[in-house]
Order: sequence, then structure tokens, then C-alpha cells
Amino acid sequence: MYSQKIIETLSNPKNVGEIADADGIGTVGNASCGDIMEMFLKIENDVIVDAKFKTFGCGAAIASSSVATELIIGKTIDEALKVTNADVVETLEGLPPQKIHCSVLAEEAIAEAIKDYRAKQEKK
Amino acid sequence: MKVYLDNSATTRMDDEVLKSMKPYFSDIFGNASSLHSFGREALAKVDESRALLAKLINAKTSEIYITSGGTESDNWALKGAAYAHKKEGMHIISTKIEHPAVMQTLKALEKDGFSITYLDVDKDGLVSVSDLIDAVRDDTILVSVMFANNEIGSIQPIAEIGKFCSEEGILFHTDAVQAMGSIKVDVKAMNIDMLSLSAHKFHGPKGVGLLYIKDGVRIDRLILGGHQERSYRGGTTNVAGIVGMAKALEIAVNEMEQNNAYVKKLRDYFIERVLKEIPDCKLNGGMEHRLVSNANISFDYIEGESILMLLDLEGIAVSSGSACSSGSLEPSYVILALGRKMEEAHSSIRFSFGKDNTMEETEYTIEKLKEVVAKLRSWSPLFKEIKGGTLNV
Repeated sequence: MYSQKIIETLSNPKNVGEIADADGIGTVGNASCGDIMEMFLKIENDVIVDAKFKTFGCGAAIASSSVATELIIGKTIDEALKVTNADVVETLEGLPPQKIHCSVLAEEAIAEAIKDYRAKQEKK
Repeated sequence: MKVYLDNSATTRMDDEVLKSMKPYFSDIFGNASSLHSFGREALAKVDESRALLAKLINAKTSEIYITSGGTESDNWALKGAAYAHKKEGMHIISTKIEHPAVMQTLKALEKDGFSITYLDVDKDGLVSVSDLIDAVRDDTILVSVMFANNEIGSIQPIAEIGKFCSEEGILFHTDAVQAMGSIKVDVKAMNIDMLSLSAHKFHGPKGVGLLYIKDGVRIDRLILGGHQERSYRGGTTNVAGIVGMAKALEIAVNEMEQNNAYVKKLRDYFIERVLKEIPDCKLNGGMEHRLVSNANISFDYIEGESILMLLDLEGIAVSSGSACSSGSLEPSYVILALGRKMEEAHSSIRFSFGKDNTMEETEYTIEKLKEVVAKLRSWSPLFKEIKGGTLNV
């Protein structure tokens, strides 16, 4: 039910971890639902220069997180906000129907992290 | 190394079983319902196999009805008994930890107006007979309690329940799919009215099972068609399947004592080391009334399916209690019924051992499991939150 790309991503996920001095942090999901995604962004001049994640969840959730970080590194925050769950699914070469919510969670984690960044900017 | 620790999902078919089945695909291919010599030759073997199956569970040959497997047997027993006895009452008693084949059938009966009491289980996954006695009403027509649970391996007090139901005149069905092969089943001594089993769980072929229906117990038919199975279950007789099922059960019963001792040794060693060497994990279910093959463990801070996937990358096959892997997003209702939290239910893994496993495989699995759990915890935000720091890997 999982594509080869998901299996590969799981065996070697990219950008796992945290960014100590992150400019934006987004957390979505909850443990009782079986998925928590935490996204850390390092942003310079509105460009995402680094992204890392920590995820509690199934294989699809971890793979979605990994792919999402790869999709947004190097993008401006406006560009990153245009990354959708469909992009995550496409990069993973498909997700089983019951796992689509994992890609949605990744999209939401990006949005939350950027929201956090913007809120912090306003305070400055 | 390839390690198969999912023997509760299915087992490898024994070579002896395959050998016993082979002639019945091509050489002796007759339809067992045909009057001619081809049919008679097939029927003779079916009769012989049916008699053997009956003997192995202490039933009469006339009480064995061949089906396509455990799911059909469960569907048939419950629906068949419920509809046949509807006029006497519409109350059924079962448990919160039944296999979906029973659970979904009960839900369907509920929609049809039947009232179902789902008994709780204790932290070890056991039902209480006194709870069952308290649940009985004037209109109770049927009790269905699984022999042993598929996720946590808890073994229910079937003989006690059987005795009570027989005294009360209530029909008693048990889904013995997981128990068969590692527990000695005696339908007479245990006062069982109906019992489901499936051949592939004890090194037999897939796609064949049986429903034992005690003589005199009246149930409606489910699969309508020809006159097979004494007109109770239509469908061309699965000759090779029946032969294989009988052979597999014969081997399982003959080897039960030695296999159980061997499997238990591996399983106990595994549980002991995992609980000792991996922090923050717990065994789901108790050790006492438990199938010798089963180890079900929750690993805090990480999700079951991701453990399954990473173990799979190491060649180890296990099963995840988190239903995320089985197509829905609900955590295992069995683990929740033990009083575990949602997170713990999401974090559970079932390791089911079998006679083909070795100590070397067990050692390998323990080592890989330690690595996989540490890795996933280093990826988990829960681990950091609870442990108050980041683990470097």
C-alpha cells in the first residue's frame, strides 16, 4: 500500500530534528489521534533557509514531514505557503486514501510555522 | 535476515500439509457431490478428513460444517443463531474485544433490532464470568465469547462460560480461530454449541475453515445454494482445502505440547529482554492466561505503524495494533478495552511467534527493535516533551 518512494523516505528521512534558534515553529495534530507534527523554520529575508521536523505518527506521517521540509527549503514564505498537501502526495508518488490526512498535516505544519514566524516579526 | 513474527496473521503451510493436498487439485479432481466414481473418490477423502477434524475437537462428524474460513464461520454462527431464535428473544452477550468478524456481524444485528451487551475485560484482557451472569436477561438467546484474543492473546474462561450457558439453556458460540493449534479444544467437555476455526492459523491452507454446530442446535443458513454440507452451506466442496485443514490440525494437535514449550521459551525470553532493555514500554495483557505465541507491547512516544515499517526495513515482520495500518484511523479497540490510553493504543505492536522461529531470530529482533525504537523516539516530539531534552542519535 506504500509506494517505493515512501519506503525510501522512511529508511532515510531528511531534515529530522530541531532548530535551536528557529524563527518559526508550528505544531499540529495530537497524540490521541496518533499524529503530531512539529515543524521548525530558519528564515532569512523571508526565505526559508532551513527546515526541520519532529513527528509522532505512522510511516506516511513521517515521510510526509520529510518531503514537506524538502519542498520548502529555499522558497520564500509566500512560495512555501503555496505548497499543498497534493504536492506532498505527488512527491511521495501517492498515498493510500486513509493516509491523505498525513499530507494535510504537513501542509498545516508549514502554515503554522510561518504564522508563528509572522507573529514573532510583528512583535519585533 | 528475514524474520516472520506475524504468526497470528497467518502461518506458513506445513510441507506435510501441502503434500497431503496436492493430489486433490489435479489427480483426484472430482466434485464431491457427483455420483460417479470421480466424485465418490473425492467424497471418500472429504468424509475421512471430516471425521478426523471431528475427532480432534471431540465432536461428531455430523457436527462439522466446512466454510471458507473464520470470518464466514463467525458470520454464519451469529446471524444464523440470532435469526433462528429471534422469536425467543433478541438479546446477545459478547465482549468488547472480539475479532472484527464477530464485532461487525453484531453491529449488523444491532441495526436489525437485536440488543447486544458487550462485556468489559480487565487489564489482562479477560472477561469475568460473573459479569456475564449479571448480563443475562430473560430474552438472552446467545453468548459469543472468543476463545483467545487475536491482538493480546488473552485466553477466556471458555469451559466455565460453556457450563453456565448450558445450564441456562443459552446458545454459546466461541471464535476459536486464534486458539486452535495451541490449546486443546474439547467441544463436549467445554459445553460449546458453536465454534469457528480457520485452517491457515495452524499451518494449514488459506480459504478454508469450519463451523462446529452441536447436533440439535438450530441455526439458519447463510450461504444458499446446493446440497453441500448436509444442505446447510452451499458451494462446491473445497476438497483439497478440507484435506489440508484436517492434516494441519492433526499435526498441530500431535505436536502441541512440544511446540507450545518451544514457542513459549522464545516468547518469554523476548518479552523479558524487551521490557528490561527498552525503557518506557509495557506489555499489553497479562502473562498468565495468554497464548504462548503472543507478545503485545506498547512503546511510549512513538506510533505502532512506524515501528512496523522500520522493522520491516530490517526484514522483521510484525503487526501493529494501531488501526492506522489497517485502513481506519482509530487506535486498537482491544488495547483501549484494557484501560490503556489512546497514545498507548497507537503505540502497540504485536509480535506473534511460531514453531518455525529460532532463538537467533529472536535475538536479532531484540537488537533491531532497540535500534528502531531509539531512532523513532529521536524523531518524536513527544519524547522531547516528556523527557525534557533532545536525544542525539
